[in-house]
Amino acid sequence: MRFEEFRKPSWAVMNMRAVFGRAYPRIIGVNRELSWVFFETVLPLLGVAGYVFIYKALEAPPQYIGYVIIGGAMTAYWMNVLWSMAAQMYWEKEMGNLELYLIAPISRMSVLGGMALGGMFSSSVRAVSTIVVGMVVFGISLSLPDPLMFSGIFIFTMIALYGMGMMFASLYMLWGREAWHMSSLFTEPIYLVSGFYFPVKGFASMLGNPGTWIAAGASIIPITLGLDGMRQCLYPGTMDGFLPLWVELVILVFLSFLFMALAKYSLAYMENLGKREGRLTMRWQ
Amino acid sequence: MKDLNRTFTTKAVRGKSKKEIVKALNDVNLTINEGELFGLLGPNGAGKTTLIKILCTLLLPTSGEAKVLGHDVQKETNAIRQKINMVSGGETSGYGLLTVRENIWLFSQLYGIPSKEANRRIDMLMKELKLEHKKNSKVRTLSTGLRQKANMVRGFMTDPALIFLDEPTLGLDVNASRLIRDFIKKWMREKPGRTVLLTTHYMVEADELCDRVAIINDGKVLACDTPANLKRLIHQDAVLKLEIKQVQDFSAFENIPGVRNCTHEQCIATGTTRLKFILDDESAVADIVAAVPKSGSRILSVQKTEPTLEDVFVTLVGRGLTNHEV
Repeated sequence: MRFEEFRKPSWAVMNMRAVFGRAYPRIIGVNRELSWVFFETVLPLLGVAGYVFIYKALEAPPQYIGYVIIGGAMTAYWMNVLWSMAAQMYWEKEMGNLELYLIAPISRMSVLGGMALGGMFSSSVRAVSTIVVGMVVFGISLSLPDPLMFSGIFIFTMIALYGMGMMFASLYMLWGREAWHMSSLFTEPIYLVSGFYFPVKGFASMLGNPGTWIAAGASIIPITLGLDGMRQCLYPGTMDGFLPLWVELVILVFLSFLFMALAKYSLAYMENLGKREGRLTMRWQ
Repeated sequence: MKDLNRTFTTKAVRGKSKKEIVKALNDVNLTINEGELFGLLGPNGAGKTTLIKILCTLLLPTSGEAKVLGHDVQKETNAIRQKINMVSGGETSGYGLLTVRENIWLFSQLYGIPSKEANRRIDMLMKELKLEHKKNSKVRTLSTGLRQKANMVRGFMTDPALIFLDEPTLGLDVNASRLIRDFIKKWMREKPGRTVLLTTHYMVEADELCDRVAIINDGKVLACDTPANLKRLIHQDAVLKLEIKQVQDFSAFENIPGVRNCTHEQCIATGTTRLKFILDDESAVADIVAAVPKSGSRILSVQKTEPTLEDVFVTLVGRGLTNHEV
């Protein structure tokens, strides 16, 4: 047996390799199990279709159908963050992978980063499919006069959203099943308060000041402002945004840094706590 | 390891039990030398896995000190992680959607191994462990034995200076176990300085593989030495059993120096005599064998029994690995 010596990579290169390595199963999974096309694209579209038919029945302006399709597409990311990102460390522990990640000489953030990158890739395939199907089936039209602003909003929404997922992942790692129920709790209520199927400013129009506070509170979840910002970009002039676009971008940049920092801190804290209490690799919690 | 302790607090079940403090490791003092294949032998719950987890930086000791390759397990975790790896028996790691090769490649990337070298090592180790034919099979389709071979490839492909093998042959058939044991021996032989810490239930495995063995029970190290020295600890009688062609006159076997006791048993059905000698001195074996033709018979079979590690274990622990008190 001959083990060739290799030049030890720098810390950054080593962690980049780890990110790509961990992203690989999710990227390859998109090609390997094509059943997702039905489960991840066709089925969620049925829920979206319900809202489309309601708006059509109410003779709402046509852009509302676009709002719903965009919300439906972003659902892919939210579901991915909740069920595949936040809960993933718990599953890694159950599968026996977690201890192998933890004894590796890399930053734990690389493992989470790889999970996020892979999740973003697979969710993007689903999100794009939803938009394409929405355009074909429901005939929505989108315009993009300011692609730079749209890109900024989208990218920082993703960073903040997956940063939040990374933070949850470290909490779920120790709290196990108890924390896992939080994913169920966060699913439907967040659809409502984050405005997946209607502009979040609708709360203010319907409920006045309390509605504004609901929207403001929901803005801690990056997808709320992300959705509002993207709708403003794609339907300029017709979309009544919750906040001016640049303010939303600034908040999303702030949330990106905040959640990434919290993810790093909580991961280190939970790992240390787990090592102290002996729960880090304990299964069936 | 110096005065290493680890306690766990069990969770209370409402109305049914109280919180309980369990001492998993109790003042463990051990030194494992570089280049040594060191075995930890103990029953379930003895503290073997707890010890490995502390040394792998997955668990903190409650008190005491542990150093791995000169680095403190609490303060220098990253320096340790660059040099170690671990394989556990019954490990179910990896992703079922990926092939065996892809899974192992994934874990190689956590150690910064360039893909080309990683793939070369995967091919080489798969060949050694007779797993080549399964390299493109999905992990979820593998049997227990094949899966464990894949785990071995994963653990050894980083060429660690120290590898922790936590019951690596657990639940494997004879052939797979032997292949893994031979692989470990070959790996150790090829580069002096490689170190293995092996935990096992199987006494024969520890006896065959390990340079030194520590017997651990209830978190305490009861003895630590080479298998041969451990066997000497218990002063069990050496016994020689002979099966010879049937004889009636046993005078040739009387008064042989070094023989404390001799018993015989006639087996009419097979026309043989079974002799059992309890020896004070093992040099008596030659005289006993020479006495057989003098008695007008010939040897059909010879068996010399010596104390095993299991005997040592039973003597020290008071019970076998799977039995209760004896």
